[in-house]
Amino acid sequence: SFFFFLSLTFFSGNIFLLRNAVLEVEAIKVGCSVPAARKTGTTICGVVFKDGVVLGADTRATEGMIVADKNCSKIHYISPNIYCCGAGTAADTEMTTQLISSNLELHSLSTGRLPRVATANRMLKQMLFRYQGYIGAALVLGGVDCNGPHLYSIYPHGSTDKLPYVTMGSGSLAAMAVFEDRYKPDMEEDAAKQVVRDAIAAGIFNDLGSGSNIDLCVITKNKVNYIRPHDEANKKGVRTGDYKYKQGTTGVLTKAVTPIDLELLEESVQTMDTS
Amino acid sequence: MAVEYDGGVVIGADSRTTTGAYIANRVTDKLTRIHDKIYCCRSGSAADTQAIAEIVAYQLGFHSIELDEPPLVETAANLFRASCYRYREELTAGILVAGWDKRKGGQVYSVPIGGMLVRQPVSVGGSGSTYIYGFMDANYKPGMNKEQCMEITAAALSLAMERDGSSGGVVRLASISEEGVERRVILGNQLPKFSTH
Repeated sequence: SFFFFLSLTFFSGNIFLLRNAVLEVEAIKVGCSVPAARKTGTTICGVVFKDGVVLGADTRATEGMIVADKNCSKIHYISPNIYCCGAGTAADTEMTTQLISSNLELHSLSTGRLPRVATANRMLKQMLFRYQGYIGAALVLGGVDCNGPHLYSIYPHGSTDKLPYVTMGSGSLAAMAVFEDRYKPDMEEDAAKQVVRDAIAAGIFNDLGSGSNIDLCVITKNKVNYIRPHDEANKKGVRTGDYKYKQGTTGVLTKAVTPIDLELLEESVQTMDTS
Repeated sequence: MAVEYDGGVVIGADSRTTTGAYIANRVTDKLTRIHDKIYCCRSGSAADTQAIAEIVAYQLGFHSIELDEPPLVETAANLFRASCYRYREELTAGILVAGWDKRKGGQVYSVPIGGMLVRQPVSVGGSGSTYIYGFMDANYKPGMNKEQCMEITAAALSLAMERDGSSGGVVRLASISEEGVERRVILGNQLPKFSTH
């Protein structure tokens, strides 16, 4: 069975099966460009503190140079004690974390134990390696299990690093600068939340791909505190004026009212899905 | 790099992983445990080498349970070679397999890019290795003891880290012998210094 695993591990098949080659060819013939995948730009980070881990993320999702979503959620649920921040291609991070979350729940029912962060790390890295980097998911995985708090950074090609503090995404350099200055081992929860908040803020204000609010997730042995938003760093301002002119600004010379009789034939209500 | 001595091996590595010009991890542990007394030094693509090392560790652990004996270093090296040669077109992995077993004592096996396998008393690898071939040719002498091997490894790595942009951080050392595995870390400011100007 391990030979089967070995052959599955290396994607030596046809890589072009992973792209919609037909769509791309037809689109170029007509003169359209293939839609760019929605990326999350992103600043994400995590820190291990005395009692657990703190994960942080911004909330901007971009399609090229346009903000597609001003308040998207980048901290994904993996298991009751494990959460994962995702940078890169939004669809890839969403689906990958959901898949591993599902498999981990089944695994947890099979073992009868709370899942371990190392298990989630292994499952994620083996899947991403199998796809040889074509799944553009760069993740910050953190949680608390029977062996204590753990934090991993996972790259699209399948390499992982186990560290006390990590940053990922286009704003990772800005966030890492804050961490390298102010990280200390065994911080208290409030200090850890503050440094993560500041690291994400550094990404939001210094990286064009990151913006909007700061989400935090504090994971400790018995509790998870998912704070969304923790800091509304970019609240939309209130307009100081209004371009609408009041009735009477333009003088009325004559007025003729013609009522149009309409017969009500059918009335139906269709609710818009705003979930 | 890895060096054999009478009774064991000394392995060493730098601690830098880069994505382009950014250092993704400045405290990487490139000395990966494959079995109790068999380690490997990883160079090349982090994703490829981590994946291969984890697969080989699984295969070797299974084999060792079947055998009911500690596995041979040559077996581990051959498992690496099998993966690195079969998938040579897809992989970028340069690996040194080093350890101690009862049959042949301390051994170092090189599995460079392409998937060749050769046993050597001393081996260096990675992007910084080009800068220290001359140093090793001049300073290595057969019959060195453990401490001398540790010193020459630390010195060689220090020189390579000074010259190669892709190498740096701290020096991680380990010695593997019948007694067990002893790990050391030499921080940046404690590295041996060589005057260049």
